[in-house]
Amino acid sequence: MRFIFKTNYTQDIDLAKHTGHVFWYGLLIAALLAAPWLVPEYWLAQLTFVLIYAIVGLGLMLLAGFTGLFSLGHAAFLGVGAYTQAVLTGYGVPFPVALAFAAALSAVVGVVVGLPALRVKGIYLGMATLSFGFIVEEIFARWESVTGGNAGKNLKAPDFYWFKADTGDSFYFVCLIITVICTLAVLNILRSPTGRAFVAIRDSEISAQSMGINLARYKTMSFALSAALAGIGGALYAHKLRFISPDQFNILQSIDLLLMIVIGGLGSVHGAFLGAMFLILMPQIISLLKGYLPDAIGQAPGLQAVVYGAVLVAFVLFEPYGLYGRWLKVRAYIQLFPFYRKGMFKRQKTFQKSDRLK
Amino acid sequence: MQFLQLVISGIAQGCIYGLIALGFVLIYKATETVSFAQGELMMLGAFCGLGVMSFMGQPFWVAVVASIGAMAAFGVLMERAVIRPILGQPAFSIVMLTIGIGYVLRGLITMIPNIGTETHTLPVPYKDQVLRLGGLILSAEQLVVIAVTVVLCAALFALFKYSKLGVAMQAASQNQLAAYYMGIPVQRINGLVWGLAAAVAAVAGLLLAPITFVHANMGFIGLKAFPAAVVGGFGSLPGAIVGGLVIGIVESLSGFYLPDGFKDIAAYIVVLIMLMVKPNGLFGGQLRKKV
Repeated sequence: MRFIFKTNYTQDIDLAKHTGHVFWYGLLIAALLAAPWLVPEYWLAQLTFVLIYAIVGLGLMLLAGFTGLFSLGHAAFLGVGAYTQAVLTGYGVPFPVALAFAAALSAVVGVVVGLPALRVKGIYLGMATLSFGFIVEEIFARWESVTGGNAGKNLKAPDFYWFKADTGDSFYFVCLIITVICTLAVLNILRSPTGRAFVAIRDSEISAQSMGINLARYKTMSFALSAALAGIGGALYAHKLRFISPDQFNILQSIDLLLMIVIGGLGSVHGAFLGAMFLILMPQIISLLKGYLPDAIGQAPGLQAVVYGAVLVAFVLFEPYGLYGRWLKVRAYIQLFPFYRKGMFKRQKTFQKSDRLK
Repeated sequence: MQFLQLVISGIAQGCIYGLIALGFVLIYKATETVSFAQGELMMLGAFCGLGVMSFMGQPFWVAVVASIGAMAAFGVLMERAVIRPILGQPAFSIVMLTIGIGYVLRGLITMIPNIGTETHTLPVPYKDQVLRLGGLILSAEQLVVIAVTVVLCAALFALFKYSKLGVAMQAASQNQLAAYYMGIPVQRINGLVWGLAAAVAAVAGLLLAPITFVHANMGFIGLKAFPAAVVGGFGSLPGAIVGGLVIGIVESLSGFYLPDGFKDIAAYIVVLIMLMVKPNGLFGGQLRKKV
């Protein structure tokens, strides 16, 4: 059990709370930096995908996990980023500039989608974002002069002025650096007044408003930041696959993204990364286990959907705080070793009351 | 004449959307949550009917009764097994839960060897019959859809308005704790509502089956029923049907008069406009939170 002796108020907002944090995250960064020399190429590609999805997950986590606004059309922002990147790099714009434009355009679209969020709540907001996702997907498919329609669009390797990131290793480092920057940015936002305003809105809109938080401003900001991160993720996703088509940004992708942060753990930055790891590793694990199952189950086309659905149901039922919540429990168990009690993380049951006045 | 023809096929399609939306509204009214598995329940209902008719060789009416009964039981069971344990959690956990259930159901159906991945036709007795009325051509499938929807709506309206059970359902939806105090068995009521919603979904599935086909992905039509529920106002039963009709007619007309591609997204454009103009839908009540 570790007790932190606080001598200064700034310790409350330090990114690294104690030397343990510094040590373990330092070790993680070192391992990630050494990864290209340690893991085979195939797994390095998977690791790159984990980083890309983690960026998108960070954005969605900011929106859903910290501001409490659920988006069922987040793949659309991913698509806007991806197509912006594809079009701009097609014209020979260097990678960093195109990436900035991809993020900016996604953010603008995010603001537009965020506008109905000022008027509608809960499931209605989900509906608005879902509809928006469908419309954007259709635009990708129909606006053939720009997006190439259903035939898709090819991309080149990321092109900086001084070098081309055209190998798996160099692109991995590009993704790693961008992920670290995005993570630090999100952590900084969350410990600033802006982040606290987001959390206040999530916990109670009415009390946030009465504390002087401008709901419209912060909700729009949350949408813009979330969409910008999704746009960055989309741009990297497009470069990684070197080919994009509208069906990569459909409703199933949006649901996958949502599934990712719910399984990772809503309301924690770690959750975005754990969820991304789950989303990328799960198909690999399923295909590894396929050989051990009888053919009737192992070769069935619906196996992956069943496993995904069952895992999601199990998490919502038994571990609403996701993988990160599970880790917190395991950590508490280890830290308190013989004294861990079952009821420590027990949730309070609430009775549901309608918001409708009749 | 062409216009009228389009409107009628829009109405028939809209009735299907309306029926699926009815399921959403029932669940929303009773438990203030949204079920994303409604489309998959509809698919399961259609497969039930198909199983009874094609593989057991029973007549159509037996299949209808059997699949509605089976789906109602399935709905009650589902509520008991997975929904009830998380009652009182944030509404979004139930949304994720039902998305998960939808995945599982769709996956399980495709896992059935030889049946799940194919498309089937449901051999209903009124298949391919056509009624000519002046210049109009009305197919029996469409007329049956419209008629059944009207009957079902009347029955549900009567249930909520006049029966003790319906009033209890409304009470439980407005304030669970107060309903408990009044001696309403809220948990059992919730179970019944999910069963009822699943039964309505089965009806929708059986009606849709002759018009399209029976296949594992037919549940995605549920995503078009969401706009129907929103346009009508999420908490209103007649609203669901009216919303469904609006979406169906708009879709049918835009498919003919507007360029390619608009048919698929017409429903979503309508719902976005609706959310901007009148966020509570045509028949929706005022949403306000008391502190």
